[in-house]
Amino acid sequence: MTESLAAPAPAGSRRPGWGHRLAPHGALLALVLLILFNAAFTPNFLTWQTLNVNLTQVCATVIVGVGMTLVIATAGIDLSVGSLMAIAGALAPLIFLGHLVPGLSGPPAIVLAFVVPVAVTAALGWFNGWLITRFRIQPIVATLVLFIAGRGIAQVMTNGNLQVFNTPGFQWIALERVAGIPVQAILMAVVVVVAAWALRRTLFGRRVLAVGGNETAARLAGVPVVRVKRGVYALSGALAGVAGLIVVARNSAADANLVGLGVELDAIAAAAVGGTLLTGGRASVVGTLWGALLIQLVRYTLLANGVPDAAALVVKAGIILAAVVLQVRRAP
Amino acid sequence: MSLAPPVPVTTNPAKDAALRHLGQWGVFLALAALVLFGWGRYENFLDPFNVMSVLRYNGMFALVALGMAFVIMTGGIDLSVGSTAALASVASALASAHGVVAGLGAGLAAGLLVGTVNAVVIVRLRVLPFIATLATMLAASGCALLLAGNQSVSVSYETGFTELGQGDLLGVPVPAWIAAAAYLAGSVVLNLTALGRTVLAVGGNEDAARLMGLPVDRAKALVYLASGGLAGLAGVILAAQFGAGQPIEGVGWELFAIAAVVVGGTLLTGGVGSVGTTLAGVLLLGLIFNILNFENGLGWISLSAYWQSVVRGVFLLVVVILQSRLAGRAEEA
Amino acid sequence: MAPLLLMQGIDKAFGGVPALQQASLAVEPGEVHALIGQNGAGKSTMIKVMTGSHRRDAGEMVFDGRPVAFANPRAAQDAGIATIHQEINLVPFRSVTENICLGRERRRFGLLDWGAMHRESEALLARFAIRGIDVRRPLMSYPTAVQQMVAIARAVGFSARLVVMDEPTSSLDEAEVEVLFGVIRQLKADGVAVVFVSHRLDELYAVCDRVTVMRDGRTVLSAAMSQVSRFELVRAMLGRDLEQAVHAGTAGTPGREPLMEARHLARGRRVRDVSLSVHSGEIVGLAGLLGSGRSETARLIFGADRPASGDVIVASAGPIDGPAAAIAAGLGYCAEDRKTEGIVPDLSVRENLVLALMPRLTRRGVVDEAQAKAVADRFIARLGVRCASPEQPIRELSGGNQQKVLLARWLCMDPRLMILDEPTRGIDVGAKAEILTLVRELAADGLGVLMISSELEEVVEAASRIFVLRDGVSVAELRGAQVSEDAVMAAMAHGGAAEAPKVRHD
Repeated sequence: MTESLAAPAPAGSRRPGWGHRLAPHGALLALVLLILFNAAFTPNFLTWQTLNVNLTQVCATVIVGVGMTLVIATAGIDLSVGSLMAIAGALAPLIFLGHLVPGLSGPPAIVLAFVVPVAVTAALGWFNGWLITRFRIQPIVATLVLFIAGRGIAQVMTNGNLQVFNTPGFQWIALERVAGIPVQAILMAVVVVVAAWALRRTLFGRRVLAVGGNETAARLAGVPVVRVKRGVYALSGALAGVAGLIVVARNSAADANLVGLGVELDAIAAAAVGGTLLTGGRASVVGTLWGALLIQLVRYTLLANGVPDAAALVVKAGIILAAVVLQVRRAP
Repeated sequence: MSLAPPVPVTTNPAKDAALRHLGQWGVFLALAALVLFGWGRYENFLDPFNVMSVLRYNGMFALVALGMAFVIMTGGIDLSVGSTAALASVASALASAHGVVAGLGAGLAAGLLVGTVNAVVIVRLRVLPFIATLATMLAASGCALLLAGNQSVSVSYETGFTELGQGDLLGVPVPAWIAAAAYLAGSVVLNLTALGRTVLAVGGNEDAARLMGLPVDRAKALVYLASGGLAGLAGVILAAQFGAGQPIEGVGWELFAIAAVVVGGTLLTGGVGSVGTTLAGVLLLGLIFNILNFENGLGWISLSAYWQSVVRGVFLLVVVILQSRLAGRAEEA
Repeated sequence: MAPLLLMQGIDKAFGGVPALQQASLAVEPGEVHALIGQNGAGKSTMIKVMTGSHRRDAGEMVFDGRPVAFANPRAAQDAGIATIHQEINLVPFRSVTENICLGRERRRFGLLDWGAMHRESEALLARFAIRGIDVRRPLMSYPTAVQQMVAIARAVGFSARLVVMDEPTSSLDEAEVEVLFGVIRQLKADGVAVVFVSHRLDELYAVCDRVTVMRDGRTVLSAAMSQVSRFELVRAMLGRDLEQAVHAGTAGTPGREPLMEARHLARGRRVRDVSLSVHSGEIVGLAGLLGSGRSETARLIFGADRPASGDVIVASAGPIDGPAAAIAAGLGYCAEDRKTEGIVPDLSVRENLVLALMPRLTRRGVVDEAQAKAVADRFIARLGVRCASPEQPIRELSGGNQQKVLLARWLCMDPRLMILDEPTRGIDVGAKAEILTLVRELAADGLGVLMISSELEEVVEAASRIFVLRDGVSVAELRGAQVSEDAVMAAMAHGGAAEAPKVRHD
């Protein structure tokens, strides 16, 4: 409009940019403070034991949370991750115990037990993306379908029975340690680092942020929006599959009724606390890690200091709300 | 100067009819088909005992879905209903020793409390409903566990509180009466009050509703309050039915309720919805479970009860795809 | 007769930038008054002051013989001024009755009295001789024109004295426009005054009694419709009172194969039959009044929308079936609305700049950061983008600098043809001049440019050929010596005529 000829830049544009750049670090700051607090007041805090307990507790949430962060970065959401975890967790034992393909055993079975479940959940994730892009269904509803049906599928596959196993070849993913650190924690770190790097450095990652930040502009700039979205949901599905494998391996048992129950909300909470904008376009994978660790450590701190687990839930709610209200305030 | 010529009104009958039929009658037809199927196939399907037990068991889900329907009609969402019901069940169990009214009041109050927090956070602090109610879901769950001391809380059996869940009135289960009353009230509010129309207008086009001078914020606050209150009632029934306050019940209720509302033809984007079809949606999803039980009773094939989730998911899938097709057609027109 | 509405000496500024300066408007009772002007001329602001959405900084406003100052839209409504917005602000899923009665429901025993509300709605619609409508059905089951009638019925109720219609015809077809005119005449017959905003001159002559033209926040012309010619109207809207812009573009080079040719493009109501071509090394202007289908044409050429009929042919490239194909064919497109179609606000200047180029900077899926930085730095320097650092989020930049980044987004692709839709809108004078100079330099280097601008002087100065659109049809192609502001305005006003008509001097 010529009305704004020589208009000064909009009020918001003068604001120094460091406020929101600190956002991913807000959770980190709180985390550091909490660690210092614990170091001072919680007995036996600074031990490998404590570290490992906390890391294994948070592992599945973080891996799922990374996928969720990417999905949220495109302005979507994925409610189906918990059910996909259950499917992967149910499939793997079926494969390496030879229930699915009789006679299959040994290393080939173990390899398939890793590959097939993740491939299946990736495909189901892609299906979510297909529903969303093909029929323009809201992500909440589209992923609700598999949230409901997915766990049912896992339960039907196992007839709702607990599958107990003792298969070290498979369970190393959760139980093995390298230099005293659990393999699952290393895996988690690898997922976070790779995803954070990919979000910053790869074509796919940049396109994810562009789609979430302004879908119309991205499309006009030649970004294949549909492909990016389907890819992101497939990735979220695959990561949920990995998390499902870790959980069943850790428990030496697969319970389709419980694996991944409620993880979708934990993952969303971790992303929100970590500074990822729920409306898309701004995402921090590392922030999600800090967010998940913060929520976990708050719980640990409260428990270690004699506060009941239930109260930790209320505190968690408070952290989520505080993080989001701050985001709303900061948003332009 | 000539006056306006008669308007050549060219409606699009196909689109209109299809939309109406799917939204209004589709779910009833599906429900009727399912009932006929059950009646034809299973011997005792329409026996009073089976009918009453379906009604008794689904009463609390119906209440939660009703609140959810109102929230969704404004274009919002309420994830906190399940843990609100759990919290209310504990509160009412604890208060049940002081009589039926105390138990009922405590549950209702707990629900309204959560609803108030939701309303304030969403309307005042402008937090997205999804994340706001996600937080209150956790908080309510935590409060329920704290209040209950991490275990089920037995209700008092002396005061007649359990009648709220287990009793009958004129041969019909009390929960069904409560749900029926709530649906009647909900229907009146939606169809015969300005508030109900405002709720739909807000969901249909919030900007337009504001320009029309409608009390948008009040309507939004009230639906979250109502959703909390109804979840509270559901919690009371839960406690009375199981004889105990259940702090860890209610997991996944919110998503079941959303599914029922969507199957009932209410658009998740808001603006369209009906109380009657929501009830039909609840019954439809509830009957799937019932029919699976009967099917297994026949002993011909053994379908595990877990198929119900799969069937429900497929139902939801079909409905949302149909809805999107219709919406797409409306856009093109 | 005293005017029903008199606005005089109205000033209004936003953040120190004047939007209205000594603007005036007088509407007689029962007259249909056209209010016209280019984008940013101030007519929207004028309407908002009139209807209580904005408060004036200075000036007086008299309505129905009383000085008034409306605090909000509701106050204006209560006083008898109804507004029909351009976007139909109704609730499509709800019934016609609800859309008419929401906010002033009839009650009986505390509950809604649907019977009374249906009757009231029917009575209101009947007043405009609109028949055959079931007020119980959802609004969306009726065509746009009927929805518009419902909006009017709602706004007018039984008590409005003045109805403001902001571009009510922009989404109506011809038959529907006729119906709307019937309603306007009915209102007029009832003694209700109408302020009518439209960019289609034919419509103004068909239905309006008087016209007020605004430009740059001032009222530049107010006259009876029968006293002004189309050309005078167009000139009052666009033309400058000072010297005519000098046509500086080089003559086109017909005979060569065009770089891009669009043949008989059509899509919906906005684009009905558009043909145009661009050669390499020339700047082609696409002119037309607001709503004539300029941006829609640009989107069709770039593949952002699919044409219902017609072809876009780009030399030595396959068919354009989407933005990706257009980009591959060497096209670039700076959309009209920077904010919703251009920038990705949270990404950095560098990210925004290389957004389209990124696939070419990618090896095995990984973006070559060093190269991306180099490209960004080079274009930031070349276009003189003022930013704290390339890593600054683009939303923190001024409009002009955002526009330069968006230009750079395409220039770094080394395109053959650039489509620029309002490249200078909403940016300061200095940046404007820089951008226009840059465009000329690029064309001199062999780039083909298709430029859309509401500022006629820009187009006339820069373009070697100009296509003029009128109501979705390309009605004229001006080239060489034919290019002048008068000629363009004449084509906008009358269609085909390429030479300037005789100007009437009364």
